[in-house]
Amino acid sequence: MTFPISVNVNGQTMEQEIDPRTLLVHFIRDDCRLTGTHVGCDTSNCGACTVLLDGEAVKSCTVLAVQASGHDITTVEGLAPPDGPFTPIQEGFRQEHGLQCGYCTPGMLMAGTALLNEIENPTEEQIRSHLEGNLCRCTGYEMIVRSVQWAAEHPDGIPVEIGEGS
Amino acid sequence: MSLVGARVIRKEDPNLITGRGQFVDDVQLAGTAHMAFVRSIEAHATIKSIDSTAALECDGVIGVWTAQDLNLAALPGVPGLQRPPLAMGKVRFVGEAVAVVVAEDRYVAADAAELVFVDYEPLPVVTNINDALQPEASLLFEEVGSNTVFEMPTPDDFQSVFDDAPHTSSVHIVNNRCAPAPMETHACLADHGPSGLTLWASFQAPHHLRNTVSGWLGIAQDQCRVITPDVGGGFGAKVNWTPDLFVAPILSKLLGRPVKYTQTRSECMTQMYHGRAQEQDVDIAYDADGQILALRVLVYQDCGGYPDPTGMGLPALTTTMAAGCYVIPNVSVAWKNIVTNTTPVAAYRGAGRPEASYLIERAIDLIAYDLEIDPLVVRRKNFIPPESFPYATHSEIAVYDSGNFAGALDELLNIMDNDAIRAEQQENLADPAKPLLGVGFASWLEIAGFGPPGSLEGFGHLGSWESVQIRIQPDGSAIVYTGASPHGQGTVTTFAQIAADYLGIDFDKISVRHGDTATIPQGIGTLGSRSVAVGGEGVKTASVRIADRAKRIAAHLLEANPDDIEVANGNFSVKGTPAQNVSWGEVAWASFRPLEIPEDMEPGSLDNTVLQQVPNFSFPSGAYACVVEIDKETGDTRVRDMYLVDDCGTVISPMLAEGQVHGGVAQGIAQALYEEVRYDENGQPTTATFMDYLIPAAPELPNFTSGRTNTPTPNNTLGAKGIGESGSVGAPPAVINAVVDGLHHLGVTHVDMPANPQKIWRILQGGVT
Repeated sequence: MTFPISVNVNGQTMEQEIDPRTLLVHFIRDDCRLTGTHVGCDTSNCGACTVLLDGEAVKSCTVLAVQASGHDITTVEGLAPPDGPFTPIQEGFRQEHGLQCGYCTPGMLMAGTALLNEIENPTEEQIRSHLEGNLCRCTGYEMIVRSVQWAAEHPDGIPVEIGEGS
Repeated sequence: MSLVGARVIRKEDPNLITGRGQFVDDVQLAGTAHMAFVRSIEAHATIKSIDSTAALECDGVIGVWTAQDLNLAALPGVPGLQRPPLAMGKVRFVGEAVAVVVAEDRYVAADAAELVFVDYEPLPVVTNINDALQPEASLLFEEVGSNTVFEMPTPDDFQSVFDDAPHTSSVHIVNNRCAPAPMETHACLADHGPSGLTLWASFQAPHHLRNTVSGWLGIAQDQCRVITPDVGGGFGAKVNWTPDLFVAPILSKLLGRPVKYTQTRSECMTQMYHGRAQEQDVDIAYDADGQILALRVLVYQDCGGYPDPTGMGLPALTTTMAAGCYVIPNVSVAWKNIVTNTTPVAAYRGAGRPEASYLIERAIDLIAYDLEIDPLVVRRKNFIPPESFPYATHSEIAVYDSGNFAGALDELLNIMDNDAIRAEQQENLADPAKPLLGVGFASWLEIAGFGPPGSLEGFGHLGSWESVQIRIQPDGSAIVYTGASPHGQGTVTTFAQIAADYLGIDFDKISVRHGDTATIPQGIGTLGSRSVAVGGEGVKTASVRIADRAKRIAAHLLEANPDDIEVANGNFSVKGTPAQNVSWGEVAWASFRPLEIPEDMEPGSLDNTVLQQVPNFSFPSGAYACVVEIDKETGDTRVRDMYLVDDCGTVISPMLAEGQVHGGVAQGIAQALYEEVRYDENGQPTTATFMDYLIPAAPELPNFTSGRTNTPTPNNTLGAKGIGESGSVGAPPAVINAVVDGLHHLGVTHVDMPANPQKIWRILQGGVT
């Protein structure tokens, strides 16, 4: 048995017949082939799969793809246009070394985006508290906090070409 | 401007912040089938029968195989105690692979694995060291006749020194079992076609995997390509042999299609080898001034259900480093490797050294408590003086290269206000509304930069060198290839910094490639804080060789003497006449054109491969202090401040080095306060998800205050010692010394990790440990 869904992913309508039990994260990764959204825990603790659903941060491993039908999804691939520039939060993570292995990073970026949409200039405590559902095993979080602060302090980011320095 | 030592934005980041990184599970090959394991639900049992009928009836199931079906050799390991890829008649821990299912998609594979019925005959279970050592204990390996599978006795227990000593203290330490838990679980994808095997794996050492898998499969190494793309953290745990790495290639060949396997988090928590899992008996003898006379350490290493060579070697590292930063005239060490019905144990960030720094730094504080003197005074009294290096220890393995332990402690006291914290501590003690404060110190030392010849061969590696190849491209850009295969360390950036300095090529025109045995000549891998100290030195060696050759070509083009050529900012010029110059691009282009180079040079000479060796280990050190707040009502313990002075010798990239320290310290705090892998009495894991196993999130951890001292290592010309594991070595003793300090007014002198609220609450209720 399959079920038809229509999801707007990063501005593009994705129509698909899916197994109704398909998790949103697997729809995004396997059907939309957007592999920036990661699976880290299966129990909605780690937040590596965080995406925006109608602008709100959700953990896509605990949302069924059918629940997203008719809604707008933004993944990490939808943050910056392919020719840049990075969004302030992306640039902040780069400037302040907010990532090491990079596996939790897409989830952190989406949760951070949702935070800055809600609170323009969050305090350190607000940042730590809002990112509580996103685990990072590499950084110890201080540099992630600094990255979000950088983004709050630079709402226009830095106009750089993607690929510069790489 | 030198790039070594500069704050540089990482080359790795643009892909990773745009979702364009590529981890193993992101690789989608046409026709891929998905593999899932049937895992033992028993900790110790014989397998009576396996019935796959129901699983095979599922739509989309391609097949189910057991050990009998595949007739597989045991995995590489300790001879006689090797782990079978699929259980052979007996299981020794919960989660051990019993059968394997392949299906069209991962959902069906998981469903079908649930439908395979395994009939077990349970055996008595031993889940911890104490139970395993009982005379009537159930044996994991009957043929050994004991659960102690290896024992290293001490040649001298220095009992007479202890008998004659004015003071002694003893402590039994539990160094809690931790799960490495990288955010990316382990994954592999095998494509074994007619022209050979390509194996993608989330792994720290691609060539090591290539050499091992090809040998096990009996295929030539030229037909076995291992790719480790972006790897989402490893922490030492992605260098171990798990069944999927061997079974997936077999099934891919059998089925004629790619086979993918990605651990679930629960599988990761029970399959990925755990770390620490030691108990220690520690005795220390000292005089009335706190001068240490003797140290005696007996380590009990829980090796889990199958002893791994690295896991068995952890106590060797612990006992080697047991004397820490101190002059101790008599050191007696011994250890036992013990098997239990639990997940196997091997390397986890620090691998044996956190266990060493923890025991000696706890022992130092015990001396201070016993003599009622300042623990910093005890440390200073016993420090190895800075003029004593190289310093031969009780262990043949460890000849300390350089250090200034008193200097690091001085710097620590510069970046913190110890007097103010002590005053606040007294105030808080008297005020019921305020939390207890505790201050703890650790002067730690570790062994890194693995290593000198012989240091990794014993763990099955081909060598202890690291490979670097630098190829200058015709346009004057450079590609650095290295066997150091990172998983978050930022090696692409640090190696490019080193190459930029010694080649004189712009940082932006240098790429660093890793993680593919088809393009990297040979390699060892990223482990043991070795990438910069060994591989980075290799980048310098190859860069210097190439720059010398390039100068000869430049001299030829400029009709000058090679000795007069200097290179900077992408240009070669004649000393004193900078107008006389050629660009790196022109020299590179000429290097491929026989008519434009000196007659005695061959075209393409700006290409060099080095298998970099180092003569000795490096010994990063430092001084950490921790301030904890303990809630008087609930026992909830939080790290309020963490002061960190690291001495890793030369720093290549200060921002990345700081990141390494933060991450290691975070894992150290986590071990001290939060994390512990647990089993119930039947050997069932009770911490197999992130709901049960507390990985700290942002609110649990503090900001860090950092300082630095620098005693370069003489063992490489960069002077770099390694930084990857330091934090995990220094943090646990600092945190626990702080917790004990905060509770010492209650008579507490030791608390085992993790110092969780339950444990602290019981102490506050009057139960002193």
